This record gives sequence, structure tokens and C-alpha cells, in this order.
Amino acid sequence: MKAPRILILRAPGVNCDVETAAALKFVGGAPEPATMADVRAGRVRILDYAMAVFPGGFSYGDDLGAGKILAVQIRGYLKDLRHFVRQKRPVLGVCNGFQALVKAGLLPFGSGEPTAGFAANDSGRFEARWVHLRLNTQSPSLFFRGLPEMIELPVAHGEGKLVLKTPRQLEDLKKNHSIAMQYVSDDGKLAGYPANPNGSVFNIAALSNPEGNCLGLMPHPERFTDIHHHPNWTRQTFFKHCAGLEIFRNAVDYCRS
Amino acid sequence: MKSPVLTPPAAAPRTDAPQRMAEGFLKLSAKGLSDLSRKSLWSLSETELLAAQAYFKKEGRDPTWAEMETVAQYWSEHCRHKTFNSPIAYSDNGRTRRIKSLFAETVAKATKELKKPWCLSTFKDNAGIVSFGKSGKWALALKAETHNHPCALEPYGGAATGLGGVVRDVLAAGLGAKPVLATDVFCFGRPDDRGPLPEGALPPLSGLLSAVAGVGDYGNRLGIPLAGGGLWFEDGYRLTPLVFAGCAGILPRWAVGKKALPGDLIVAAGGRTGKDGIHGATFSSAELDGSAHAAVQIGHAINEKKLLDALLRARDEKLYRFVTDCGAGGFSCAVTELAQAAGGARVDLEKAPLKAGDLEPWEIWLSESQERVVLAVPPSSLRALEKVFAAASCEIAVLGEITRGGRITVEYGAARVADLSLDFLENGLPRAERKAVWKTPKAAKAAKPSFKSGAGTRCADILAQALAHPNVCSRESVVRRYDYEVQAGTVIKPLQGVKHDGPGDACVIWPRAAVGESEGFSGFALAHGLNPSYGKIDPYWMAMACVDEALRNLVCVGADISQTALLDNFCWGSPDNPEVLGSLVRAALGCYDAAKGFEAPFVSGKDSLFNEAKDASGKNVAAPGTLLITAAAPVRDVRKSVTMDVKAPGNPLYLAGWTSADLAGSLCAEILGAQGAGLPRVEPKTALKGFRAVLAAMDKGLVLSAHDLSEGGLAVAAAEMAFSGEFGLRLDLDAIACKGVIYSPEFLLFSESPSRILLEVPADREAEFVRAAKSAPALRCVGRTIANPVLKVKGLDGLSVMEEPIAALKSHWQKTLSEALS
Repeated sequence: MKAPRILILRAPGVNCDVETAAALKFVGGAPEPATMADVRAGRVRILDYAMAVFPGGFSYGDDLGAGKILAVQIRGYLKDLRHFVRQKRPVLGVCNGFQALVKAGLLPFGSGEPTAGFAANDSGRFEARWVHLRLNTQSPSLFFRGLPEMIELPVAHGEGKLVLKTPRQLEDLKKNHSIAMQYVSDDGKLAGYPANPNGSVFNIAALSNPEGNCLGLMPHPERFTDIHHHPNWTRQTFFKHCAGLEIFRNAVDYCRS
Repeated sequence: MKSPVLTPPAAAPRTDAPQRMAEGFLKLSAKGLSDLSRKSLWSLSETELLAAQAYFKKEGRDPTWAEMETVAQYWSEHCRHKTFNSPIAYSDNGRTRRIKSLFAETVAKATKELKKPWCLSTFKDNAGIVSFGKSGKWALALKAETHNHPCALEPYGGAATGLGGVVRDVLAAGLGAKPVLATDVFCFGRPDDRGPLPEGALPPLSGLLSAVAGVGDYGNRLGIPLAGGGLWFEDGYRLTPLVFAGCAGILPRWAVGKKALPGDLIVAAGGRTGKDGIHGATFSSAELDGSAHAAVQIGHAINEKKLLDALLRARDEKLYRFVTDCGAGGFSCAVTELAQAAGGARVDLEKAPLKAGDLEPWEIWLSESQERVVLAVPPSSLRALEKVFAAASCEIAVLGEITRGGRITVEYGAARVADLSLDFLENGLPRAERKAVWKTPKAAKAAKPSFKSGAGTRCADILAQALAHPNVCSRESVVRRYDYEVQAGTVIKPLQGVKHDGPGDACVIWPRAAVGESEGFSGFALAHGLNPSYGKIDPYWMAMACVDEALRNLVCVGADISQTALLDNFCWGSPDNPEVLGSLVRAALGCYDAAKGFEAPFVSGKDSLFNEAKDASGKNVAAPGTLLITAAAPVRDVRKSVTMDVKAPGNPLYLAGWTSADLAGSLCAEILGAQGAGLPRVEPKTALKGFRAVLAAMDKGLVLSAHDLSEGGLAVAAAEMAFSGEFGLRLDLDAIACKGVIYSPEFLLFSESPSRILLEVPADREAEFVRAAKSAPALRCVGRTIANPVLKVKGLDGLSVMEEPIAALKSHWQKTLSEALS
């Protein structure tokens, strides 16, 4: 079967595109990197692809806030993205890509109007660390099939604290099962820093649209595609899941079916 | 006749006559020349100025300012390493000998004599290049740099552009390498220092915080994992902090060589040129007085990232024949280097894209604006190159072309800015002989330490203080500010153990994303060695100890040290002071012996001299002579790498290597406020035998954890292994293999004898381990891992020396830096 074409959308400052493309290739995808400039010039049409990925990094230097300029570009030049999402094609935003999707109003609901945002980590600084995550077992996300409820992934960001405009929005997120992942302690409980590395509201680490085909997450799945990526691989003889790789595999398998 | 007085051009708006001549230059007396040099920040000596004057007499005209600036930049200590390449009359305890070139007779000599076939390019390119992987298709570029003078003035920008500079060095190594690892090492005054400072100097803690933030903000944006490095705190650095940055990059084997041809276009790529960083190269030879802020560059990480992406793309499409980065001296050095490599060059500075409107041509020529490289491009490739760079939103401009004339010709529109003979620039630098004096200090001769065993301070107290010491304590609060996992290749991380917070000895990079699947599980490890405390007693043994430390760190993660490439970074005070130069010579001699002894060639290096500043009372203070050794070696199979945290209770612990009463310059002596005796003396042959035996056992999977013994000796290493793995340890001091008779538990626990590694061995395969590692000298089982979470030490008399809960040890170790930085 032909490998599904996957658009890896880059902007100046995006820096996780190579390993993200590598992860997609491992699981049978055909990643194709393209830049926002290609999109603006009409050289790349998103509807030609089976899936779209917005990798991590510091798009445009994050000079106006994380992912902000990329979000403006998406709203202005990637108008087909909402249509793409409505057609149930998978869209994944990682870290900076997640921030851009939220600020472009694609997540948590595809209204086109931003309803959430990101603030600087409570610690006041950039932080890299591995975190424990609890997946929402009721999430409709196509990215989560076969994954256990608890997984581990690394985060690395300075502006990852998800904030909502009103408390009511949290209820909406819960009702729609949009909260896809939460930061938890190693025994699975909602806990404060450092388990929650940034102070995100309700420990939210990832959001999904209610249909389950658009996922944005702060942790980096492309950094856990081999057991030797885990910080404790020298202590354990086996891992059942390289959670990151499984997330990509689910998406590529979905594109094929 | 009275000699005329010249003044440098004021920073006035651009004039219509950009080629201002230094009129009357030919008539200046030696004193007049020196005055002019000082006023113009050229940092040229009298002999050098006279040589330049003689050259222009031969040319029959006065130089232009731009020409004199070019000479000053190209002949600067920073660009030409005059101290390392000039003759030295070296007196070692009264015996004098002449060194023709310190560089050729020490670090480079070892490389030449070792003749390793895997060294692909040493000392001539922007970075050293060695082979990588098993297919023969790849190579690894390595470089470590200093950015000390800028960081003393403006640590945030200085540390950021220091990293940016070393990344560009790797990016411009061969035809360009993809950076896959960055490192940084900081030497600062103690974080709790509140002492008086001269005007303009920053308190050490705020300097450190700014430098960390600068590296983090710049490095994280570049997407290069910052997974290695170190911190050293000492009063000697309070006015002259040292900031090192290193980088390793992967390039295809075919891209190692580069050659520009006449007719090639000279293309500037990357950031625009502005007023920042003028005189950076020459300013680094001046003592700091707080007046040189314009000499510090301003960085922009995203510009560098765009340049990086575009350049590697253009490399793979083979669109250029030569690349060099614009570092110190800006275009003046980069274009001249390119011209030297190709036989001549002509450029028009009016074509350079500027970010400020008021630049004089000589300022464009000298500006050290960041994120720029210079390429030699065949005219037929220009269109394709423009396309690649436009796709990455990165600017390029054709400045001129490669010529055959043996000259560097610089124009600004119709005006001639500079026209110099390349031969004069390359070979015209007069080599003045310097004096160097080395006298073995008393401290190196002390036979006995000034403290006695058990003198009031219990071992447990010393250990608690050692763990909390700024040079040992946890670096977690700094490490986490850097993205050490981007590119998904950091398989052995800087933080290790159950809670991901133990101190790793070295990082291992598996550059799968950069080289693809063909190389399987091939990776490489990178580690450092640094200890200025030893250098204060004898820089020769410091150099040996630094190389030894870097190598044993590599051994601890399982790297193949038979292919170790070394980088040197010498940071000393003014070489005009014979004693400072003597200590530098002594360190360089140590580097030679260490490289030969360990069969590890140097592939690149850098010296940063004149690390001096005036203190609050106006006294000139030099930074301690400091040598940073960076070592990289292949990891043949990253799946066999080892970490330092103990893995399970009930496993035997083996100590490899001899223990002597080595306490001179030790942490223990510092804690006790006493003078130690016995500087660690490395025996490379014995050490190498031990390292190889340990690696043989690791290769068979017979080592569960390994940790190197450095500052604080056995006690600190054992404590770190225990609390990182969350199991207890029992040590029996009687089992340690000693040279000479040592009765004191303090000596056994805190001696810093080199070449020692503590190993955890699986209990069920102990006999197999002993067979595999039998050639290791002084290999002894010295204890066991235990389920009870305590560090228990049994003394020579069979009685308990200490029994400390590992949680308490860990809390001592964790609090110092996190409290200082919060």
C-alpha cells in the first residue's frame, strides 16, 4: 500500500521537523517538509495531503509569544486547514505547533476563534524534563489507540502553561472529552510542580478536537520513538510502549484505512 | 623633524571619501606608531607596527585605515595565536631552552606523531574533523571556543553569541556539518560572593544567571541539544569569568575538503552587517577596563537557524566550493582567509546588506555582526543558491570574486578601501621572542598535608560539605534550562538515575536523524576535563589530570577511547608576564605528554589570553591558568552504554585504579582549609590499561553502572551513585588497592588519585567480570550495593567510619545551586 503523504509544515525557527519526519517514516508515512513561504506562494496545497503536522520549535523566534506569528499565518494563508480538519484528516501540533493551533483557533474547537492561550511556565523559565501523562480514556482521539492510560514523554518549553478565558470553558472541555492528556505524578495523581511542569490549568498537557482527529500536545512524541530515548532505559530491560512512536503509528495507520 | 600625530577616524556619518588614508603613517616614529595603535584599539606591538610601516614603505604609500585595521585584525592574538606560534625562551627551574613554536612542539606535535588515520582534518579548518560510523560515509566535526572578554562585560549576549560562534564554526567545517550537540562550560566567582567590585563589574551570581539565560535562549532556539558542559566556581574568576562553548556536527565524508577556484563568486550569506562587535578580535587582547562595550556582538538565533537550514541544503546540492564563518574580525578575516586559500580576492563592500545606515566602509569590513558566513560559489550555481536561501528566508549577496593576483582588494563602489599582499598578511608578522619562567612552587613539593587524620572533622561532615560544594553539587537547576533532547538523539542524558537527576559523566549522542538508518546504533560520547585547583600547583599535572578526567568520563559511558579526539582551550593571563607564560608552557607540555600517553590526538583548539582585569583597588588580577579539555569518542553500539546510578541491591562494587594520598589541590584540603600534599600524577600507560579492561567488561554487558572518581574522590562518587540509583552502598576501606601505606580514612575516601572508576557488577556474573577485566591494574572489590538506603563505610580497623542516609546526602548535594539560582 502506498505510504500516505504527510505535510510537515515549517516556518523559520521550527527545529523539531527532522526527527518528527523520521518518526513518521519509521511507521510507514511519507513525510514532506514544506515552509509557510511555500504555502503563501501556492506551491503547496494542504488538501493534497493525508495528514498535516506542525512540529515544535520557536517559529519566527516566538518574538510575539509562542506560536503567535505562525498562528496568524495559518489563519491568513492556510484557510483550507479548517476544511482539512472537518474532513477528518489527522492534524498534529507538537509544542510550538500546538501553541500555534490553539492561537489559530483550531483547538480545542475548530471555530477559528482562539478560546485558550499559553502563558510563561509558573517556574518562570524554560524547562526540559520527562513527565508522566494520563490519557483521557474517553478521548475520541485517533492518536491514542492501543496506548495504556499512563505514558511518559519529555517536555521542553518556556511558555507551556495552558490558560482559558473563563472557568466555564473548562467544563466545556471536560464535557467534550477535549482534554486529551494531563500531567500527573508517577502514581497517576494530579499534582503540582514538577509533575505539572508549567502550571497548566487542570494539568492539561494535550487537547483534542471533539471529533478526535486534531491533537495538540506540549510533550514531544518524536523524542520517544525508541526505548533508548527513555531516561531510564539502562535501568529497565524492556518497555511495552514507546508512547511517542505509537502516537505516530496510529495516525499513519488511520490515514491508510 | 617632529613626527606627525594621527588620530583614528571618529565614528562620524559616512563620508564620500571612504578610503581615508592614514596620512603621515610612513613618517611616524616607533612611539608615534604605538600611540596610534593604542588609540585605534589595534593591540599591535611596536615591532609589528614597524613591520607594517616597512611594508607600506615598499608599496610606496600610506596605508588606508581599512588596511591598518585589516592588519590589526589578521595579526591579532585572537586570529593568529601569536603566543603559541612565536619563539619562547623557556626557563624551567633555571634550565633554559628555546621553544620555536609552542603549538608545533606540543599539541600539534602529538597529533603529527600519533598519525591516526581517522583524523580527517586537524587544526586547519574551522573545526577538527574525525571519521564517524562504520560505513565510512560520515565524519564528525568538533570545536570548542571561548568568549571570555564579551562575557565579562555583557554575559547574556556574550554567552549567546559565543555559542552561536562555535555552532557556525562547525557549520563552516569542511563544506558544512549539521550541529548535533552543543556544550557549555562556565567558570565564575563563587555564587555567594558579595565582595567589593570595581565599577562596571558584575557580581558573579548575576553574571552566571545572565550567561545561563543567554545560552538557553540562543541554544534552545537553534534546536541543538545542549547536553554537555560544566560549572566551576572560584574566587579567581570573579572579575574575569571564563565562558566556553563547544559543538559537534555530522557531515558526509565527501564534504570534508574544500577548495575555492579563481572566478568563483564571493557570497556573503546570513545576517546583515551592522555596527556591533567592531574590534572584537583585537579587544580580546586588551585588559578589561569597561570602555569597550561596542565590541560585544548582538546575536539573533533565528537568523542563525535560517542560515543553518539553508546552508546544509545548499551543501547537499553542491552549490558552493568553500565556506568560512564570519567570526572575529568579520569580513576582514573571513574574506582574507578565503583569499589565502584560493590565491586572491576582490570584494566591493557596497554590495554587503547592512542593518544600519551609518557604517564607514572600514566598519563594514570589520564588523563582527553575527550569523554570517562567506561562500565561494561557482557562477553557474548562483541562481540555484539564491533559490535555496530564499526558501529559508535567508539573505545572500555577491560581494566579489576569487582572483589569482595574490592580493586582497577591497573596494567601496569606485573607491579603493584596501589593497594588500596576501603574502605580507600571512608571513609578514614578525615573531618576537618572549620569556617564560617556571619555578616549581613550594606547594608542589610539600611531602605531607598540613592536616592530620581525624583532626576534629568527621568523614561524614567532610562528605556533606563536599557534596554541597559549588564545584560538586547538582547542576540540575541549570541543565533543565537547556533543551538537551531536541533532535531525539540524546540517549545518555546529562541527568541520570531513578528520578532523572543524578550527575552523568558524559552524554552519548545517537545522531540517527542526521545520518539516517545506515549507521545502525553508532553514536558518540563527549566529555570534559577541567581543574584549575591543580593548575595553581602545577599546570603540567593539571593538563595530565584534565585529559585523564575527560577520558575516564568517556569510559564510564562505554565509549571506545581508542579513537578519542581531544580539543584544547587554554585561558591564561597576559603572556607578556614571564611567569604567566611559563605556566602556560608547562600546561602545553602536559598536553603533549597526555596526548601521546593516552594515544589521543588533539584535533582543534583555541587559546584565550589576557584574561586580566583590575580589581576594586586597581590591582591587576589574572584569571587562574585554566585548561579545558574536551574529548569525544565513538560509541560503537549505543545500546551498550552505561549510566552512573546503581541498579540493584546485592551487587559487588569494584574500584579500578590505584589510590594514593593525593590531596594537593583537592576538595578535601579546601574544605579543611588546609594545604594538601601529593598532586595527582597520571600515568597514562597504566591508566589506559585499566580503561581498556573496564571497556572490555562493559562490552560484554558486565558493568551495570560506572562513575568516575574526581573532586571529592571515592566518597563523593559512591554517594552520587547511591542516591541516583536509590540503593545503599557498603564500602570497605581495607579492600582499596593503595600505593604506599595509607592509614587515614579521610585520605582513602577523599584522595583524588586519577584514573579511577567505581563499577557496579551483576552479582551472578562476578567471576565473568573479573576474567574480562583482569588486565585492569589495582582492580578490587571494595563493597556492595545494599537495600538499606545508607552509605556505610567500614574503616581499616573494621569499625564504622560513617553511616549516612542517602536521602540526607542527596539533599546536601541538591540545595546549593538551586537555592543560589532561585
